Amino acid sequence: MIRDITIGQYYPTDSVIHRLDPRVKLASTMLFLISLFLTESIVGYVFAGAALLAVIRISRIPFKYIVRGLKAVVILLFISVSFNLFLTPGEEIFRLGFLKVTREGLRTALYMAVRLIYLIIGSSLMTLTTTPNQLTDGLEKSLGFLNKVHVPVHEIAMMMSIALRFIPILIEETDKIMKAQMARGADFDTGNLMQRARAMVPILVPLFISAFRRAADLAQAMEARCYHGGAGRTKLKPLRYERRDYIAYLLVALYLVVMVVTRWL
Amino acid sequence: MKIIDAVHVFFDYMRKDENDKIEEISPALSDMNLEIEKGSFVCVLGHNGSGKSTFAKMVNGLLLPREGSVYVADMDTADDELLIKIRETAGMVFQNPDNQIIGNIVEEDVAFGPENIGVPTAEIRDRVDEALEAVNMTKYKDRSPGKLSGGQKQRVAIAGVMAMKPECIILDEPTAMLDPKGRKDVIRTVRELNKRDGITIVLITHYMEEAVDADRVVVMDGGRVVMDGTPREIFSRVEELKALRLDVPQITELAYELRKAGMPVPCGILRKEELEEVIMELLFEGDKGSCDSTDTDGTEPDLGTDGTEPDLGTDRPEQDLDTDREDKSEGACQ
Repeated sequence: MIRDITIGQYYPTDSVIHRLDPRVKLASTMLFLISLFLTESIVGYVFAGAALLAVIRISRIPFKYIVRGLKAVVILLFISVSFNLFLTPGEEIFRLGFLKVTREGLRTALYMAVRLIYLIIGSSLMTLTTTPNQLTDGLEKSLGFLNKVHVPVHEIAMMMSIALRFIPILIEETDKIMKAQMARGADFDTGNLMQRARAMVPILVPLFISAFRRAADLAQAMEARCYHGGAGRTKLKPLRYERRDYIAYLLVALYLVVMVVTRWL
Repeated sequence: MKIIDAVHVFFDYMRKDENDKIEEISPALSDMNLEIEKGSFVCVLGHNGSGKSTFAKMVNGLLLPREGSVYVADMDTADDELLIKIRETAGMVFQNPDNQIIGNIVEEDVAFGPENIGVPTAEIRDRVDEALEAVNMTKYKDRSPGKLSGGQKQRVAIAGVMAMKPECIILDEPTAMLDPKGRKDVIRTVRELNKRDGITIVLITHYMEEAVDADRVVVMDGGRVVMDGTPREIFSRVEELKALRLDVPQITELAYELRKAGMPVPCGILRKEELEEVIMELLFEGDKGSCDSTDTDGTEPDLGTDGTEPDLGTDRPEQDLDTDREDKSEGACQ
């Protein structure tokens, strides 16, 4: 059951989007999210939707697969829509008991729903087409300027990629410990919340101890392989912009211009 | 030329309480001396707590001696400036395969070492390909290390060291967590690196079978070297090894027991084939008396079966019954 957790789910196929430099994808995603709040008109949303659809097509990820990702946020979507729907003051359309629906409310709720859906699809498109490693590489490179203000960017990126590598190992270990405790009569599934929380303690303690031991071992192994921080380090696969990356930037810029223009439509 | 030279090395592990006061000192190495020749395959044996892992970490500069010095290719491990160079020269492979793989993809992990020492990108590519080829893992280069078997992970770890172009690799019980197949693969890989590429191998292990093919076996106990010689020399001294709570390879043990039971088997048998040959020769020898026609071989077995041996054999088992096996040194070949 615990193995079902997937973090940074990556959809492995070969497409232009997959091959783009992670920095392009990071920047584009950010700009796309901002653009959703720039526009106020239906034309703008239709255009953003069309752009999103086009990217999905190019990425060769099945549409169904992306929609499935939305399921996780249905409740969040529902709550924010109903708040907007019922609590926006304005011209009343109809009323359900003490709840009244206004024209403005309907409008904001609809826009909110569209924005949220685009937002989620847009950002999951990034994680679906970029491996976690490329993502950390991209972050390390694009945040490199923070080094000047003494933010240890390389170290943070290294920690992120190590954490990603150890997630499956620790999940497997948790599973093992749980089974070992269950074999000795531990009960994780009954009782109230407090009792269940307490039942987790005998899992967490050995898990933490083993995680610390692993960390110590890993640190030693890294040192043995000459690791001494980011200074003077080279890369097997350094990030380098290709022609397609510049084209992508250009397209994103064009898209932004259109979105800004739709504000006045 | 010697690649590793440990001179009068002392080291203790200290346990401190919350106030940084020393609670307990347990000596790990006391007056250890060891020279290792370039290009050799040395196996270090010893039971738990004999100091063999501590020694391994000394060579890599992960631990520094309290007293004495360790030199790697004439570089003192205590010299901070040389540390990176030393770790480049003497790579290290650890016991737990999961806890030494850093990358999320096999080839990225292999590249970790060269990346750290600032090798240019194009050269890293070549080194990674070469290293993966050397351990026969090229076809797994795009895989996630989590999906490999223990033996494969250990080979990736060895490739990671090879990519730094070391002169020497120290393996600290690399097979302890592996299944028999993985163990065989790792040992075969290591032996190939030694023979083909001339890499000096220091293999620390619990498995006596792995020591059989080494050029030299070093036995450690109580933080110092207590026995040092070829596998045949070392495994001839069965009683001494047992006193150090160490086993001998199964086949050596069998030969030893046979000898004790009175069969004229020579000392220090290391391989199944050797024992087979000896036994076959003994059988033919026995047959010769009764039936000449079976002895088609004609050559006299050169493994000593002179007249005195059978006599010796007959009274040995009796002695055995009333003497303590551990203390008895008569049966051992010294």
